[in-house]
Amino acid sequence: MLKLKLIEKEKSPKIEIGKARLLVEMRNIVKKFYRVVANDGISLSIYPGQIHALLGENGAGKSTLMNILYGVYRPDEGEIYVSGRKVSIKSPKDAMRLGIGMVHQHPRLVEALSVAENISLSLTDVGVFASPRVIKPRIMELARKYGMKVNPDAKIWQLSYSERQRVELLRVLMQNAKVLILDEPTTMLTSSEKKELFSMLRKMASEGKAVIFITHKLEEALSVSDIITVLRKGRVAAQVAPEEVTVEELARLMLGYEMISTVKREPHRYDGVVLKVENLHVLGDAGVPMVKGVSFEVRQGEIFTICGVAGNGQRELVEAITGLRKVARGKVFFLGRDVTNTSPRLLADMGVAHIPEDRIHVGIVPDMSVAENLALKKYRSPEFSTRFTVMYDKIYEWARSLIKQYSIIAPSEKIPAKHLSGGNIQRLILAREFSGEPRLMVAVNPTYGLDVAATNFILSKLLEAKKRGVAVLMISEDLEQALKVSDKIAVMYEGQLKGIFPVEEADIREIELMMVGVK
Amino acid sequence: MPSWIKLVRRADVTRTTVIAVTAASFIFAFLLASIIFFWQGINPVAAYHDIFISAFGSLRGLYFTTLKAIPLLLCAVGLILVFKANVWNIGAEGQLLLGAVAAGWVALYALPNAPSFVVIPVMFILGAVAGAAWAAIPGFLKGKFNVNEIIVTLMMNYIAYKIVEYLIYGPWRGAGSWGYPITDEFPETAQLPLIPGTSIHYPTLVLAILSSLAMYFLLSRTKFGFEVKAVGYNVEAARYAGISFFKVCFVTMLISGALAGIAGVGEVAGLHHRLIYPWSISSGYGFSAIIVAWLARLHPIAAIFMSFLLGGLFVGGYAIQVSMGLSYSVIHLFNGLILICLIASEILLNYQIVLPRGELKWQRLKS
Ligand SMILES: Nc1ncnc2c1ncn2[C@@H]1O[C@H](COP(=O)(O)OP(=O)(O)OP(=O)(O)O)[C@@H](O)[C@H]1O
Ligand SMILES: [Mg+2]
Repeated sequence: MLKLKLIEKEKSPKIEIGKARLLVEMRNIVKKFYRVVANDGISLSIYPGQIHALLGENGAGKSTLMNILYGVYRPDEGEIYVSGRKVSIKSPKDAMRLGIGMVHQHPRLVEALSVAENISLSLTDVGVFASPRVIKPRIMELARKYGMKVNPDAKIWQLSYSERQRVELLRVLMQNAKVLILDEPTTMLTSSEKKELFSMLRKMASEGKAVIFITHKLEEALSVSDIITVLRKGRVAAQVAPEEVTVEELARLMLGYEMISTVKREPHRYDGVVLKVENLHVLGDAGVPMVKGVSFEVRQGEIFTICGVAGNGQRELVEAITGLRKVARGKVFFLGRDVTNTSPRLLADMGVAHIPEDRIHVGIVPDMSVAENLALKKYRSPEFSTRFTVMYDKIYEWARSLIKQYSIIAPSEKIPAKHLSGGNIQRLILAREFSGEPRLMVAVNPTYGLDVAATNFILSKLLEAKKRGVAVLMISEDLEQALKVSDKIAVMYEGQLKGIFPVEEADIREIELMMVGVK
Repeated sequence: MPSWIKLVRRADVTRTTVIAVTAASFIFAFLLASIIFFWQGINPVAAYHDIFISAFGSLRGLYFTTLKAIPLLLCAVGLILVFKANVWNIGAEGQLLLGAVAAGWVALYALPNAPSFVVIPVMFILGAVAGAAWAAIPGFLKGKFNVNEIIVTLMMNYIAYKIVEYLIYGPWRGAGSWGYPITDEFPETAQLPLIPGTSIHYPTLVLAILSSLAMYFLLSRTKFGFEVKAVGYNVEAARYAGISFFKVCFVTMLISGALAGIAGVGEVAGLHHRLIYPWSISSGYGFSAIIVAWLARLHPIAAIFMSFLLGGLFVGGYAIQVSMGLSYSVIHLFNGLILICLIASEILLNYQIVLPRGELKWQRLKS
């Protein structure tokens, strides 16, 4: 059996934590949403110089707890102490003044403004006026220090998801936060970027900052943190030091049961070509070519994965294939039919499913109910509608069954989708896309933001679909996962495919080099 | 804002919050207006009493209030639909006038001798078509080329004013109007029937109430309503789901214009019985309907009550004009204050105010 030790003394040689003063203490935090108890009496101690991993599966209450510390929500019960003083944090501004900064799970930036302008905006929040021009050198300096690639003049809407996350990180760093909360920061990073982030976090910890690192990836929690707090269903399930547990033990603590991985790639048996892309050229938002002559085929029963660092044209490629963006040159064929520049609706009705990159802004309508979001593409089908009306009763009934089938945690199918936790929003989208009986599934980082159990669930769904003869085009930044499930892997760099390999011939080293353009 | 007041984001907005905040902003507008009354040397309590009594205190008052509520409701119901789609039609006024013009053409030139049961339906239908056509232009430009619909609809109001003026000063000026810029009176067959003993043209009233019920059904039950909500809440996701922005934008504009056009038919065929100065045909219903739509928080059934409320305010405004010697523009001032307070109260819907000691809670989330 596993020993659960409350450790405060070992580890981290740089600073003697036992003697260091407690920086933040949260005591018995309770937070309820309707009938859902998101936090059920959680206590947490944060020390300077420590990286504290907050581990838990989807809906465990991690984001809620940190949103309370950051002043986004107010706790129903419980107290917060910062440097020994009892505080009441009523807004993120309060939190920032207390030296608490947060990088959200979903970046919150003003789309129309530039990187520098966004950062300067948040600085005025803490009472420092700084014009974008003045802080530009500081942004560049910080970015260089931590090895990040940013263009301070780029507008947010031009940036990919992971680039936006980087901007958020810079924003918090610029505020000189003492406590840094990162809500699932690694989900969109490549493994080399991840390593950079971790060494950067270490550096910050050695400077005496406290880092709270939310994750549900066991390996990450084990490799980077000084201490791990495991949350399960709104409670602290355990607090352990990483050197005292194994991955398996940690998984059991997090899930509450033994996990058996069912994800296993089966030998392929592909048939006809489902998707064929020929010499495709697509322009990006800024009007510059982002996809420059891409050709490939995805066959029935095949998982074809395009790996690459975000921002190399993957988004534009996917949008062109799914009808959301104009093709500048080249052709797209679906089941032998030329579907270049066809409307998204026609494509969806023909059997093209799409799990988009941006879940909140594209994947769901946050203010519509969970059921309506599940039916976002089906409300018009004869199953759920008459000539003019939508049969809501049938949608609700069907939604309840999908909620059960995909284990979406939602108090009711009628609540707005925005109230679901990040992972549950993702399950909702998956449920919707799989329920359309697709012939082609275009999945952009489909396991992004999901815990181990859910990741396994999704991957097994993809493999199951493949077995039924669905063609899967996956865009992934998670190379290891791609190698685990794909049949073919292609690398995208600066708008072009740098080679397509059957997975048996793929070499992880070589691919990583290709992803950053070295090869 | 003083730094000791804090705004805390609400986790969720319930219906009670919406009602409470709306009522509070309405009352706040009245408080603000009191200052002006005081300044004018008038006791605001007496003024509000007079307004209320004259609008709702007698049958006669109620008739007048109803007369005002009819066009307000028709226009507001249409606006609710476009606003739900996040499209900004500020042109109900012009669309209403075009409906009036269509009615005038039918009554005076197209079917002057036809029986009522022909003329009246034709007037309503052509009025709706004319209003819709007027709204179709900005709807098309917005849907296809993303041209700013606020500016186009607003500007088209002035064109509509000019069209009516041109007609009553020019080709349509009546033979029996002694040179006044008005048309001839509509033939009796083209005058809407009234509720006996009142001047309420009930066909329009019935149409208005039916339109609000139909709109409720459209928004909450139909495929098109689903699409409108999706586009209005998140246009990106709607596009991704294959919902056509053009269709939603264009069709909501058409419907909104048609309802305003019907209101215009009601005003000229039910009340004035001729085309007159444009600002006398409508007295700004197309704009006041925007306030009705927001007071109702874009709920079509609530709009019925809100149109009567605002209609009553108009009637009360006339009354205090006489009894207290105030200018009628006080009512426009009221309207403006209400709209400003409503817009300002949006923030209270999404945030709750926290005072230094304890919290001033408008609602409790915990059940
Ligand atoms: N504003 C809200 N209204 C209603 N329910 C909410 C709200 N925010 C969170 N919840 C619920 O509280 C629970 C915990 O959510 P939370 O976002 O904290 O989970 P999490 O641990 O961050 O999960 P994930 O890994 O999926 O992001 C979930 O069941 C969620 O549905
Ligand atoms: Mg979360």
